[in-house]
Amino acid sequence: MSFSFVREQMVEPAPAPVNTAGPIAWARRNLFATPSDSLLTILAIVLLVWAIPPIYGFVMPNFLGGDAVPPGGTVEQCRVETAGACWAYISARMTFFIYGFYPAEEYWRPNLVFALGTLLIIPLAIPRVPFKRTNAILFFVVYPVVCFYLLNGGVLGMPSVPTEQWGGLLVTLIISLVGIICSIPIGILLALGRQSKLPIIKTLCIMFIELWRAVPLITVLFMASVMLPLFMPQGTTVDKLLRALVGVTLFSSAYLAEVVRGGLQALPRGQYEAASSLGLSYWKSMWFIILPQALKHVIPGIVNSFIALFKDTSLVSIVGIFDLLNTVQAASSDIDWSSPTQAITGYLFAGMVFWVFCFAMSRYSIWMERRLDTGHKG
Amino acid sequence: MAVQDNIAGPPRTAFYNDPVIRGIIYQLVVAGLVIAFLTWIILNTAQNLAAQNKSTGFGFLFETSGFGISFTLIPFDRSSYYWQAFVVGLLNTLLVAVIGIIFATMLGFVLGVARLSSNWLIARCATVYVEVIRNIPLLLQLFFWYFAVLKAMPAVRESFELPLSIFVNQRGIIVPRPLPDFEIFWVAVTAVLALVAAIAMVVWATRVRTKTGHYPAVVSRASRIAGLIVTFGVGYLAISLLGTVVPALSLGPVFPLIGALVLAGISLSPYGRYGRVFIGFAIGWAVANFLLGGMFAGLGEGIIVLGAALVALGIAWTMLSADRRSAATEGKLPLALPVLIVIALPALVYWVTGASLAFEIPVLERFNFAGGLQLVPEMVALVLGLTIYTAAFIAENVRSGIQAVSKGQTEAASSLGLREGDRLRLVVVPQAMRVIIPPLTSQYLNLTKNSSLGAAIGYPELVNVFMGTTLNQTGKAIEVIAITMLVYLTLSLTTSAFMNWYNARVALVER
Amino acid sequence: MSDISSNSAEERAINASQMKVSDTDVAIDVVGMHKWYGDFHVLRDIDLKVMRGERIVVAGPSGSGKSTLIRCMNRLEEHQQGQIIVNGTELTADLKRIDEVRREVGMVFQHFNLFPHLTILQNLTLAPIWVRGIPQAEAEATAMHYLERVKIPEQANKFPGQLSGGQQQRVAIARSLCMQPKIMLFDEPTSALDPEMVKEVLEVMISLAEEGMTMICVTHEMGFARQVANRVIFMDQGQIIEQNEPETFFSNPQHERTKLFLSQILH
Repeated sequence: MSFSFVREQMVEPAPAPVNTAGPIAWARRNLFATPSDSLLTILAIVLLVWAIPPIYGFVMPNFLGGDAVPPGGTVEQCRVETAGACWAYISARMTFFIYGFYPAEEYWRPNLVFALGTLLIIPLAIPRVPFKRTNAILFFVVYPVVCFYLLNGGVLGMPSVPTEQWGGLLVTLIISLVGIICSIPIGILLALGRQSKLPIIKTLCIMFIELWRAVPLITVLFMASVMLPLFMPQGTTVDKLLRALVGVTLFSSAYLAEVVRGGLQALPRGQYEAASSLGLSYWKSMWFIILPQALKHVIPGIVNSFIALFKDTSLVSIVGIFDLLNTVQAASSDIDWSSPTQAITGYLFAGMVFWVFCFAMSRYSIWMERRLDTGHKG
Repeated sequence: MAVQDNIAGPPRTAFYNDPVIRGIIYQLVVAGLVIAFLTWIILNTAQNLAAQNKSTGFGFLFETSGFGISFTLIPFDRSSYYWQAFVVGLLNTLLVAVIGIIFATMLGFVLGVARLSSNWLIARCATVYVEVIRNIPLLLQLFFWYFAVLKAMPAVRESFELPLSIFVNQRGIIVPRPLPDFEIFWVAVTAVLALVAAIAMVVWATRVRTKTGHYPAVVSRASRIAGLIVTFGVGYLAISLLGTVVPALSLGPVFPLIGALVLAGISLSPYGRYGRVFIGFAIGWAVANFLLGGMFAGLGEGIIVLGAALVALGIAWTMLSADRRSAATEGKLPLALPVLIVIALPALVYWVTGASLAFEIPVLERFNFAGGLQLVPEMVALVLGLTIYTAAFIAENVRSGIQAVSKGQTEAASSLGLREGDRLRLVVVPQAMRVIIPPLTSQYLNLTKNSSLGAAIGYPELVNVFMGTTLNQTGKAIEVIAITMLVYLTLSLTTSAFMNWYNARVALVER
Repeated sequence: MSDISSNSAEERAINASQMKVSDTDVAIDVVGMHKWYGDFHVLRDIDLKVMRGERIVVAGPSGSGKSTLIRCMNRLEEHQQGQIIVNGTELTADLKRIDEVRREVGMVFQHFNLFPHLTILQNLTLAPIWVRGIPQAEAEATAMHYLERVKIPEQANKFPGQLSGGQQQRVAIARSLCMQPKIMLFDEPTSALDPEMVKEVLEVMISLAEEGMTMICVTHEMGFARQVANRVIFMDQGQIIEQNEPETFFSNPQHERTKLFLSQILH
C-alpha cells in the first residue's frame, strides 16, 4: 500500500477558530467549562455581589461613592449612623501612629532614620547595583549605631528622648530591623555550630535552636520582660525596649539558623572540598567561599523570616511597648474621636500598613527566588 | 612520592595545630564560656531574689489561687490550687487547638484545592484570601474579630437569632445545651461501632474488588437496597423542604410520603437519574432560597425565589451531565451502604431504647439568657482567628503538595485508562500527602503555639492563666516560666518525633 | 512468543521489518486535524491513516509538533478541528469514548512516569485491576509474564527509585502492555537514557514489532527507523512534510526541509 507523500504547499498559520480563542472562548474555558464549573462560578459571583458592595461603601470616601469620612473631616461626620470608616480620625492621629510619643519638634530625627534606611536598603535589594559589601557593612553595622544615637539623643546637642517615648511604626520598624540584623550573624554561627563535628558545640547549638523554636514568641517576650532584670547584676535596670529586642533576637536567630542550615546543606559537597583543598582554614573557607554562596541561596528564606518577624513585632504590645498595633489599640479609646467605627477603622488602617509592607516583601522574595533559580538552570 | 616515604612515621606537628587537639580545645573553651555565663546569671538571680525577699521552689503550686476563671472545662473556683489553674489553662489551650486544627484543616484543604482549580474565578478568590490573610499579623486579626466584630454585636436584648435557636450577642454565642439521658450512651456507642463497621466493610469490599475484580455480591445487593432507602429518605426531605418555598405543596405529611415512594420507585427504573436530579433540584432550591433570603434581605421575595430556582436548575443540570459523563456505575464503590449503616444503626438503637436527646433551649429572661450553653466571645474570636489564619498557610501547603506531583504522573495514569476518581485515589493523593503532611504538622504546632495569643484578648489559656495571673500573684517567675516552656517544648518535640517517624516510614525508596 | 535469545539483533530487526501490514484494518484515522495552543497554530492540516500492524516513526526538529500529534491520539491533548478516529471510536469530549480509546492504546513517555510509591509489580497491576476489573492473581501473572518479556522479572518487588533508567523504561513498556493494548505510542522513549541503556529499550521495541504490534514512535533513533519501521513521517512546523518507506526516505528525500533535517542528524 503506497503512502509516500511529499508536501507541495506549506500550510500558513491560520487564526484559531472563534470559539476557541478570544474573550468568549476564555470565559467558556475558564468559567463555564463544565456544568459544575458554571455552578461554582455563579455561586462565587453571588457571594462577591453580596460581600463587595458593603465593603466598598464602608471603606471608600464620599467622592468615590462610599460612606467613609475622608481625611480632614470632623468627628461629627463620623458619628452619623450611616457613616463608614472614619479616615479623618486616622489622619488626625497619624503622627501618633507613626512616631508614638516622640516629641514633635524632634520629628526630623526619626524622619532622618527613615530616609537613611530607605537610601541604604534600595541599592542593597537590587542585585545589579555594585559595591554590595560596602553597602552591606553600612546597612548592617553603621546604620544601627547611627540610628541609636539619632533617636536616643544626648549627643551632639540633641535632647535625649527615652525609649518609652518611641512608638508606632517607628518602633515596629526598629524592632524588626534590629531583630533581623542581630539575628543573622547569630543564626549563621548557630547553623555552622549545628553542622560542626565537635559534639559539645553541636549539642549546645541544637539545644539552643530547638528550645527557641518550640516556644511561642509571647512566652519569650514575657520571659525577657520578667527574667532579664533578674539575670542582671543587682541595681542595673534594663530598658524595656531592650528587653523586647533581646527576646525577639534570640527567637529569630533560632529560625534563621534553620534557614541558613538549609542553604549550607544545599551546597554541593564539592565546594567544601574545593575550599579545603586550597588550604584555606575553616573560618577563611567559610567567609570567602561557603557562606557567600549559601547566603545568596537563602535570601528568599531570610526575607520570609523578616516578614514573619515584622508580623510578630505586633506581639510586643502585650508587654506594654507601643508598636504600631498598640498605638492603634490605645488610640481607639480616644474620647475625642469616639464613634461607632473608630475601632474598626483603626484596625483597617493597621492591617493595610502591615499588608503593604509584607506583601511587597513577599513579592520581592518570590522575584529573588525566581532569579536565583534561573541563574542556576542548566 | 615513593622515594620520599617517611620511614620515621607521620610528620610531627606542634600539638596546637593537630585538628583533633584543636577541636577538643575549642569545645572546652566554649563549654567553659557557657558555664561561666550561666554561673554569672545564676549568681545575679540569687542575689536579686534575696534582695526582694523572694524564695524559690514549687511549693506555690499547692497554695490557694484566690482568683476565678471565666471559662473552664473542669470545676474551678477561688479556693482551687494553682496546679489546678495550670490544668485549666492547659485544657483550654488544648481545646482551642483541637477545634482550630479541625476547622483549619477543612478550610485549608478546600482553599488549597480551590487555588488549583481550572475555574479562574474560584482560583483567584482563593488566592486573594491567602494573600490577604497571610500578610496581616495574627494578633491584629484577633483584635479585629474580638473588638470590632464580636464586641460590636447587639446587646443581649436585641440578640441576632439564627435558626435552631442559636443567639448571637455581645456576651457571645448561645446555643441549646444538649441534655442527654442515660440511653444516649448506647446510641453513642452504636454510632462509633457503626462507623468502625462501615469503614471495615469498605476496606473489605475494596480488598475483594482487588482480588476478584468485582465488589462482593452481598455488598452490591445490600447497597442497592440501601440506595432505595436513602432515596426514599432524601426524597421525603426534599419534598418537605420544597414546601417551604412553594407553600402550596405542603399539604400535610401524606404528600411527601407518596412523593418519596414514587422517587424510590423511579430510582429502580432506567430513569432513576431523573429522580435524583429532581431531589437535587428541590433541596437546592430550598437551601438557595434560605441563603439568598438571608443575604439579600432587601430584594423582593419573588426575585429571591426566582434566583434560587435558577441556582437549583443549575444544580440539576450539573447532576444530569455528571451522570451522563460517568462510566458504568458498576465500577464505583457502593457508598450508599456504609452511609446507611452509619446513620441507620444508631437511629435504630435510638428508637428501640427509647433514648431521648432533649435540648435546653435558651430563653431570654430579664437580663440574660436562661439555659443553653454560652460560648464566650474570647473563645469564639480565638477559634475564628486561628482557623482563618492557619487555613491560609495550610492552603499553601496543600497547593504545593498537589503541584509537587508531576504532571507526567497524571498523564501516565490517564493514558492507562484510569478514571479521575481512581487516578486521584491511587496515584495523586498518596504522593501529594507525602509532601503535605510534614509542613501540615508544623502548622498544627504553630496553631497550638499561636493559641497563646488568646492571652491578649482575655481567653484563659495557659499563658494567660499561668504565666500571667499566677506569675503576677506569686512572683515565682522562674518556676512558672520554666513549667510553661516545658509544656510547649514537650508538644514541639512530640510533633517533631512524629514527623520524623512519618517521613522515615513513607520515604520513597531510592537506590 | 519468539525466542529472544537465539536470533541476533539484526535478524530480529529484519524479522520485524517484514511483518505484514493490514490492507483494510485502519487503526488510527486522522482527518483534517488542526490544533491551536491559544493563538499558536501548532498542528496544521494533519491527514494520516495508520493501518493495523504498521510501525511508524515520526521524526522532525524540536517544536515541529510530533509529540503533540501522538498525544492527541489518546486525548492527552485536545484538537480543535478535524477528526481523530482510533480503533473505530471517534475522539471527542465524551469521557466514555476517551476511556474506551485509552484502554486500547498504550503510551510510553520520555521520562518513564512510573508511580514511585508503588512496587514494580503494583505499577503493572494497577490498571488491569482498576480499569479492566481483572482479579489480582491473574493480573500479577500477566505482570510477571511481561516482566520476563522485558527481561527484568527479578525486580518485581523493588521500587522504581531503585532501578536504572533503562530498567525503568522497560518497566514502563511492560506496564502499558499489561493492558493488552492494540496500539502503542512511544514519545521519545530513549531520549532521557544514558547511551548504554538505549540498546536494551530498543530491543524490547523491536520484539514488540516482531509480534505485529501497531506502533507509532516519535524518536531520534534513525537506526531503529531504518531497520524496523515500515513508514517514516517527517514533520516540521506542525505539518507532515514528507512520508515514505525508510529506504526511500533516507536515500532519496524529496522535500528541501527533509534534506536539511537529514543532513543535520546523519553525518
